[in-house]
Amino acid sequence: MVSKAAVFADAGPEVEHASPAPVISVQNLVHRYENRTALNGVSFDVRSAELFGLLGPNGSGKTTLFRILSTLMVPTAGRAIVMGCDAALEPARLRRQIGVVFQAQSVDLKLTAYENLWHQGHLYGLRGSALKTRVGEILTRVGLADRAKERVETFSGGMQRRVELAKGLLHHPGVLLLDEPTTGLDPGARRDLWQYLQMLRDEEHVSVLVTTHLMEEAERCDRLAIMNEGNLVALGTPAELKSEIGGDVIMLDAAHDAALLAEHIHARFHVETAVLGSQVRIEREGGHRFVPDVVEAFPGEIQAISVSKPALEDVFIHRTGHKFWSEEREASAEETTKKKKGR
Amino acid sequence: MATQATALARPVASASAGVMLPSFTLWWREIVRFYRQPTRVVGVLASPLVFWLVIGSGFGTSFRSGGGPGQQHYLDYFYPGALIMIVLFTSIFTMMSVIEDRKEGFLLSVLVAPVPRTAIVLGKVLGGTTLSAVQGMIFLIFAPFAGVHLDPVQVLLVAVVVFLVSFSLTALGFAIAWPMDSSQAFHGIVNLFLIPLWLLSGALFPVANASKWIKVIMRLNPLTYGVEALRGLLYPGAETTFPLPSAMATLLLFSLVMFALAFLMVNRRTTRPAA
Repeated sequence: MVSKAAVFADAGPEVEHASPAPVISVQNLVHRYENRTALNGVSFDVRSAELFGLLGPNGSGKTTLFRILSTLMVPTAGRAIVMGCDAALEPARLRRQIGVVFQAQSVDLKLTAYENLWHQGHLYGLRGSALKTRVGEILTRVGLADRAKERVETFSGGMQRRVELAKGLLHHPGVLLLDEPTTGLDPGARRDLWQYLQMLRDEEHVSVLVTTHLMEEAERCDRLAIMNEGNLVALGTPAELKSEIGGDVIMLDAAHDAALLAEHIHARFHVETAVLGSQVRIEREGGHRFVPDVVEAFPGEIQAISVSKPALEDVFIHRTGHKFWSEEREASAEETTKKKKGR
Repeated sequence: MATQATALARPVASASAGVMLPSFTLWWREIVRFYRQPTRVVGVLASPLVFWLVIGSGFGTSFRSGGGPGQQHYLDYFYPGALIMIVLFTSIFTMMSVIEDRKEGFLLSVLVAPVPRTAIVLGKVLGGTTLSAVQGMIFLIFAPFAGVHLDPVQVLLVAVVVFLVSFSLTALGFAIAWPMDSSQAFHGIVNLFLIPLWLLSGALFPVANASKWIKVIMRLNPLTYGVEALRGLLYPGAETTFPLPSAMATLLLFSLVMFALAFLMVNRRTTRPAA
């Protein structure tokens, strides 16, 4: 451990003052499909050596944004600049700078882990003994050195993901882009992957942009952009975002009419209420003291009540006025993702 | 520890990957994927023989009374056509891998790599060409049974013709497969165009004996020149409609046009996501 720290300390300073400018700069980005606006003027920056999360439900536009950043699509308007290269104007230069890990697998199952990376290296202009060494290195890094000569089809889902990650990192990209990288992984493999991402940021100073629809993953990011229906609804560290919610979050299950209950509570206690289906949601300091009051005030009207510290989902509700997952939106989002990916 | 330390010595991303290295790697992947799937290998080796024997023998006994083209046995007449058919099918169907690559996500990772699109076409098309040309040449082993005895120069010229036909058809297959997202749709197109293309190539009946409008189609059909060139090479005595050099030149032109078509397809700007 000590020797490791020393090794990394050497490389640290150089990397730090290498790029003071944002690594990714998204400026008023707009993307329209034939009859649908997927991105509606989104702007944010990703800083150097930062683990940046793009959180949003399916259909929020995060995959579209990801595709623009990875040069697969050209935006309708606005600019996306990665490591100083405009995604629309200089895709070839940009591609050299980024490592991309897609949601769907891209590894060739008929090839071994080594062969997958060997081909990948050639696509990035690496060759010969330098490539060989690098493949060995990266396989060690993702813990697959002993399985290098085995076909990827024999690997578990988590191991296949690690080959994907190795593919993305092989050419030493300054930025790693990952689209929902933990899809289909069990909790253990999920945790492993996030540990790798954090290690990359800390030890190799790689900037990481990762899209996710999972709150617990978003919590692990340094900063977050929360997206909804093509708009950026919140931007900041998870702690900052949660702190904007006043105190606690109180959820009431209404026995009869939630809207009516909300109105009554508002009239009686002068608090902001929001109706979410059959639930009433209230943000308030000292939630534990409020609970007995409200239950006493409306006997028989409240089926259940809960108090919690604000989570990222509350930030989403606070900003958009609806839940992260809503049935109908999820269904339509599902449809569009299917169309887009044809997976 | 040592490996982690070297991982930090971040070499500046090397200069252009160029066209050759990515092409080579995509070509080699195509070959490796082929021999990793034993059923495909068996298909490639066995299907030529089965085609030729079954179809040739069947037609041979049915149509012998018709006098036949030249004074050849029909099995002999059919030999060049069978070779072209093998090449046709292998060439076109290897490019189903374009659809598979798209589905399996491999293509996406190539599209975000700093690789010129030319390299993608070249690598994939040469991969398919290699497989079908090799299959075509394997079929030459049966040549003695079709009454053909070749000297090395003839073998070389046959190889050139087989390569050109393979290359042009693989490029055509690539251009068809590129915009498609299902292999069923690909089959549909292939059945609609390619089987008639082969039927009207002089593989089954000679150009000279055909009716007028069929003759026009046959003359426009690039495959006709492949069949004619092969027939000329394999049976120096047989009647051919076109001299060998002009047939070869036509095939070369066809190859270039098909490659250009594939290239245009890949560089086409669409509003649709790339994969």
